Amino acid sequence: MADEGVKTTLLDELEKGPWPSFVKEIKKASETSPVCDDLLGQLELSYEEKKGHWKHGGIVGVMGYGGGVIGRYSDVPEKFPNVAHFHTLRVNHPAGWFYTSDALRTLCNIWERHGSGLTNMHGSTGDIIFLGTKTDELEPTFADLTKAGFDLGGSGSVMRTPSCCVGQARCEWACYDTMKLCYELTQTYQDELHRPAFPYKYKFKCAGCPNDCVASIARSDCSIIGTWKDDIQQDDAAVAEYAALGLDIQKDVCDNCPTKCMAWDGKKLTIDNHECVRCMHCINVMPKALRPGKERGATILIGAKAPIIQGALLSSVLIPFVPADELLETLKELTGRIWEFWSEYGKNRERVGELIQRVGMANFLDAIGLEPTPEMVAAPRDNPYIFFQKEDGKPKDGDGQ
Amino acid sequence: MAVTVEQLAEEMYEMIKEAMGKKSFKATDLAKAMIAKYGEAEVSKDDCKHAIRVLIDTGRCVYSYFGGSYITLPHKEGAAPD
Ligand code: HEM
Ligand code: HEM
Ligand code: SF4
Ligand code: SF4
Repeated sequence: MADEGVKTTLLDELEKGPWPSFVKEIKKASETSPVCDDLLGQLELSYEEKKGHWKHGGIVGVMGYGGGVIGRYSDVPEKFPNVAHFHTLRVNHPAGWFYTSDALRTLCNIWERHGSGLTNMHGSTGDIIFLGTKTDELEPTFADLTKAGFDLGGSGSVMRTPSCCVGQARCEWACYDTMKLCYELTQTYQDELHRPAFPYKYKFKCAGCPNDCVASIARSDCSIIGTWKDDIQQDDAAVAEYAALGLDIQKDVCDNCPTKCMAWDGKKLTIDNHECVRCMHCINVMPKALRPGKERGATILIGAKAPIIQGALLSSVLIPFVPADELLETLKELTGRIWEFWSEYGKNRERVGELIQRVGMANFLDAIGLEPTPEMVAAPRDNPYIFFQKEDGKPKDGDGQ
Repeated sequence: MAVTVEQLAEEMYEMIKEAMGKKSFKATDLAKAMIAKYGEAEVSKDDCKHAIRVLIDTGRCVYSYFGGSYITLPHKEGAAPD
């Protein structure tokens, strides 16, 4: 390529406007990193030809690991020799994404020594993403990372690096310690994280409350979403203060409650907590007056995925409420049974949510030894195979038709 | 006496070597093949897991990714430039 930078007529369009631009950043990085010009050059070529120029490699890790490295090669290495190899590393992020500036410097220095210096903080998996290095640099990078206390994250048919919202570290709404659970899941399943043995990927995401800041309900095979069992904590004086300051409690709070379980008579707010579905709306609008109840824990859900092979799925409720201090044990017990069933019956590249759709939720529940409960049903008549009897409230199997 | 982990590792290795270039195996394929051969009384899923660990940790086999994670012999990557 040309000596003084590359010609990037099409990419330059992406520098316009007030928002951050990866083109601008990569150009800046090219002052210190020789791969950047070739990287931009190849991308410009892709924009011209409307065609990708990356080949997927089979490299997946360092010695002993089956995940953490995503192999990439250029299919035009003669034009862009500096990106002939351009492998990505996933580095396991700390729970809640907290770093000291020293840790960030350490990571950046390692990556400037061994790779392109370009990072993506953070990828959609949650991991720290190191973009672009050669095969020969994989082991040395890993050695430096482990020396600094970091480890690779997951890729391929493994349990992916678990992630969580900041939880109790910064958020008063967290109904359990998301960071602790995320860390403990990561430690418990080191084998499953590094040694691929599943039909496909499996993700855990821990959200402290139904606001679900890590979008666990859409992005994780197992979503753990904080909730509470008792009543919303209510401070009437603070409610009155919101009203006095001009909040339209009827319109902006009560009318937007999905179950219409709130009433406002101009002086007093009444919540019919039995009908509350813990959506967080009212709490989000009046954080000083309302907060989650005191009996806290989480709902465990199963089966979400983004559309890769089949369409997107949201996760469905498996266990409506687990007290905060029983979460890890319950998850271990449940996950063992889920993985057993999925490993046995899941087809190659079939996510657990797709397996459940294929065999039916009732069969899946039976296999993992859970009784169906009303909370699992999104809407009445949602599943014709599970029937509820009035007398004892216990479900019995339907005959299917 | 049950089948040893070393013996399982050896048999898995042969399976992978013979099929190289024709078929690739995932961890569960190897485990299922061993259990089918010796029966659940002789070989457990855990034994198979350990046997795979032996193959990987000694570097005799590596994990590879082609749309899913497979266990193969170390090889020069098809996608790599010369
Ligand atoms: C005047 C005549 C009929 C009326 C008013 C009627 C009404 C209904 C109603 C209200 C439902 C419930 C729908 C639901 O819960 O989603 C239903 C379900 C059903 N009906 Fe009828 N029906 C009539 C005749 C028949 C006949 C003649 C047959 C069959 C030969 C039949 C077979 C069914 C079946 C299989 C269901 C589904 C049951 C289930 O979802 O578990 N119905 N019917
Ligand atoms: C080879 C023949 C048949 C096949 C393969 C078949 C298959 C099915 C399937 C897959 C469903 C959907 C279940 C679901 O909701 O997921 C269904 C529902 C149903 N079938 Fe059939 N069916 C057959 C014959 C019949 C016949 C002959 C009748 C009635 C005379 C019938 C009545 C119904 C009814 C009423 C439902 C709805 C049940 C409900 O939603 O509660 N089916 N069938
Ligand atoms: S999910 Fe809930 S607890 Fe977690 S950071 Fe968001 S609002 Fe706070
Ligand atoms: S949390 Fe949601 S469902 Fe519950 S009372 Fe508030 S707005 Fe209504």
